[in-house]
Amino acid sequence: MTREAGRALAIWLLAMLAGVFVVWNSRFSADMSFFLPAKPSAEQQVLVDQLKEGVVSRLLMVAISGGDSAQRAKASRTLRSRLEKLPEFVAIQNGEAGSMNADRDFLFTHRYLLSPAVKPEHFSVEGLREAVANSIDLLASPAGMMLKPLLPRDPTGELVEMVSSLNAGAQPNTRDGVWASRDGERAMLLIQTTALGSDTDGQERAIDLIRNEFTATVPGASLSLQLSGPGLFAVKSRATIKSEVSRLSTISTLAIVAVLFFVYRSVRLMSLGLLPVVSGALAGVVAVSLAYGTVFGITVGFGSALIGEAVDYSIYYFVQSSRLGVDQWRARFWPTIRLGVLTSTCGFAALLFSGFPGLAQLGLYSLSGVIAAALVTRFILPPLANRRFAMRDLSHIGPRLKCAVVFLQRLRWPILVLALAASTMLMINRDHLWHPNLSALSTVSAADGAIDQALRADISAPDARYMAVISAPDREAALQAAERAGKKLDALIAAGVIGGYDSPARFLPSQAMQASRRAALPEPSELLKRLQTALADSPLAPNKLGGFLADVETARTEGRVSRESLNGTGLALAVDSLLLQRPNSWSVLLPLRPPGGDKGVDIAIEPVRTALAGSGALFVDMKNEFDTLYNDYLHEATLLSLAGFVAIVGLLAITLRSARRLGIVLLPLLIAVVLVIASLHLAGQQLHLLHLIGMLLIVAVGSNYVLFFDQSGATELDDTTLVSMVVANLTTAIGFGTLALSNVPVLYAIGITVGPGAVLALLLAACFVSKRAT
Amino acid sequence: MIKRLLGSLLLLAIALPASAAFDIGQLMDDLAKHKGGKAKFVEKKYLSILDKPVISTGEMTYTAPDRLEKRTLTPKVETLLLDKDIVSIERDKQKLSINLANQPEAMAFVDSIRGTLSGNRAALEKNYALYLSGNSDKWVLTLLPSDQKIASMVLRITVSGSKNQVRVIEYLQADGDRVVLNIDPVEAK
Repeated sequence: MTREAGRALAIWLLAMLAGVFVVWNSRFSADMSFFLPAKPSAEQQVLVDQLKEGVVSRLLMVAISGGDSAQRAKASRTLRSRLEKLPEFVAIQNGEAGSMNADRDFLFTHRYLLSPAVKPEHFSVEGLREAVANSIDLLASPAGMMLKPLLPRDPTGELVEMVSSLNAGAQPNTRDGVWASRDGERAMLLIQTTALGSDTDGQERAIDLIRNEFTATVPGASLSLQLSGPGLFAVKSRATIKSEVSRLSTISTLAIVAVLFFVYRSVRLMSLGLLPVVSGALAGVVAVSLAYGTVFGITVGFGSALIGEAVDYSIYYFVQSSRLGVDQWRARFWPTIRLGVLTSTCGFAALLFSGFPGLAQLGLYSLSGVIAAALVTRFILPPLANRRFAMRDLSHIGPRLKCAVVFLQRLRWPILVLALAASTMLMINRDHLWHPNLSALSTVSAADGAIDQALRADISAPDARYMAVISAPDREAALQAAERAGKKLDALIAAGVIGGYDSPARFLPSQAMQASRRAALPEPSELLKRLQTALADSPLAPNKLGGFLADVETARTEGRVSRESLNGTGLALAVDSLLLQRPNSWSVLLPLRPPGGDKGVDIAIEPVRTALAGSGALFVDMKNEFDTLYNDYLHEATLLSLAGFVAIVGLLAITLRSARRLGIVLLPLLIAVVLVIASLHLAGQQLHLLHLIGMLLIVAVGSNYVLFFDQSGATELDDTTLVSMVVANLTTAIGFGTLALSNVPVLYAIGITVGPGAVLALLLAACFVSKRAT
Repeated sequence: MIKRLLGSLLLLAIALPASAAFDIGQLMDDLAKHKGGKAKFVEKKYLSILDKPVISTGEMTYTAPDRLEKRTLTPKVETLLLDKDIVSIERDKQKLSINLANQPEAMAFVDSIRGTLSGNRAALEKNYALYLSGNSDKWVLTLLPSDQKIASMVLRITVSGSKNQVRVIEYLQADGDRVVLNIDPVEAK
């Protein structure tokens, strides 16, 4: 016996050591990839790329408040100059004068290669006459006075042409020379981090740096800093998940240990009882780590529920075998427990097929955890526990429990009526039960969301909802494709379908385009001749246009714009964020702006799709993709839950071999689901994906209790079994119920559904399945 | 100190002859009574780079105290609207809005017109030294920028008119270019 125990212990220890080794080398993550699709469509891939590395995901918005506007402006300037020196930041914008000079100079220097107006006909006699006349007309305009000094060098108005095609969107307010909020009470900065949006460590470092530099900038506490952006959400969400994982596990472990100690009154039994739990939790993490490479924090957080579920098996073993002995226990109860394990397994296994990575991980984690806990209970626990263990006699609780069962049985009809009422209510409200989008699963608190909205509106930060995406084998091909798509988009602007768009080709035209623009420029003698004809009646004399002739000649002979020419300008950033090098290709992003005004903030999708058809550009509406993604998840989860349910029913049908028994076993489970969902709805909760999964788990977990009642056959359940079930149910409810304390919606939803659901399953099983006491 | 004293004495000397019959306060009171109206305008820009002035014409509508719409009809339709501190310019299909609070220099420039039209002496004196000549029927108000930044753009603004009606505004720019705006009120029906 000791040898057998020793061998079992050795095997278990080895497995545990191997497990610890795997876990030690596992990568844990608490980022948004939990929610991102495992097998994205082309549109979803754009979404994923944008979330992980897009420019918008790297933007942090900063507001400085307090003091007077001069103090805030000074702090804004100092903060910018300090952060600018740090490698963690790519760009710090605060609207300071001078920060745009480099951009303007670049545009002006290269205007004959950049301006879309540069075509042969633009430099014909007629073209020149018209362009110059336009520029002179513009001088009559109030805005024209700013252009007066440029006229001798740019009489054809190329700078105006370029600037007017740039973002005419809202610019932030300015106070004392730096950006300010709409009410002027806060100084605003827009910061782009070097770290990708998916690099939560990098984002955290950047945020800390901003805060520290600000504290160093502003001695005392006269001014305060507020910060928001995707990076902050990622950091906060990770911190929430981290603290929740330890908090929830601690609460659930302490509560369960307390229950076990109350039941066993023995430290040794209690420790042994936790053995399957520890093994299960470890096995879960190991399986996930080996299968997926990365373990999500939320998955580990789910461990608290697993503890409650896994501890059941050892409770059954200790409580039931203390009276019957191990062999009797194996013969009488193990088959029932095994069936319970299998039904739970079916439930969790259904999740494995989910395209929602987080869900698949939860499935694998629970599946392996439950199986490991059951195996340890069956094979390791008996030799370790020894035949002789002093178990506290709990049979005195039995009669009281039986009274409760009898009482419950009297409630059959009222409960059926209640269940019927609940189902009717759910049927009537079936269109209002569900939360419509993915934000239901977001860990971002309402307060943080509101701050973000406010800062975003104050600084007019881009939200990048609409985008056309192009792939090409190399940079030149990518830029040419961007120019082709740009032509189609220009037509959409003219038609008022879109308000505008950004393109990397605007500041970095393809070599082909640059060559064709150079070719459009006439030689100096020819240009002068044409000017003399064109300007014969014009108030602008050709002899004042020496600068123009020289600039055109420079552009014609040596003009060339490369990515390097953009260095030192803010435009370089714009180009880099819209023209991306991928491992085997180049991607172009063309963010589209809605028409605005009375045409609203949405872009009509169909005309854009039609216009871009055949150009190789893919039009993506990010919001729509998010909603589609969530609906796909929801749809898939519905199918998986149904499949899991069917598998459980099939398994029970094969084992029970009786339609009547099957019906009786399923009835309390279904009623439990209906009652829980109806209560949640009445409590004003909008259901989402994880509630649905919770419904499946009520069936998967709850079936264990129902089966005990069913398997007792014609006889009444004995006191000890009844006690073991109540204790096991209590621990399960504690495990899942703890999740209901969580601020992480994914965990909360499962907790609030399965916790009460498991208890209801036991009560209803007692009501409908147990034999009537005669 | 002495310089400043001399400066203010000089100012006093210039202002005194006018004040006997007609002073700035009186003009401002008159202008403030003007509640708005519609006018045609002809604007001529004399630019050194051009051989001929650039001429634009159109309509102006003023609603006291801070709304001014200037609709240019020739050579190109363009609307400039000044509403409180927001200037919007609409030309072709493009629309541009500028918040003057963000542009202190432009604000000072706009205040020269707005302050005159609304008779807001305080707003005018914030950025300009005021000199008045003539009488109520035919007055000339000269604004000299007191801020170096504004002076680097505009040397002098001369506003002339009769009673509470502004007739001509002339800007003399630092580079010698000139803009003359003639205003011809349309009688209200």
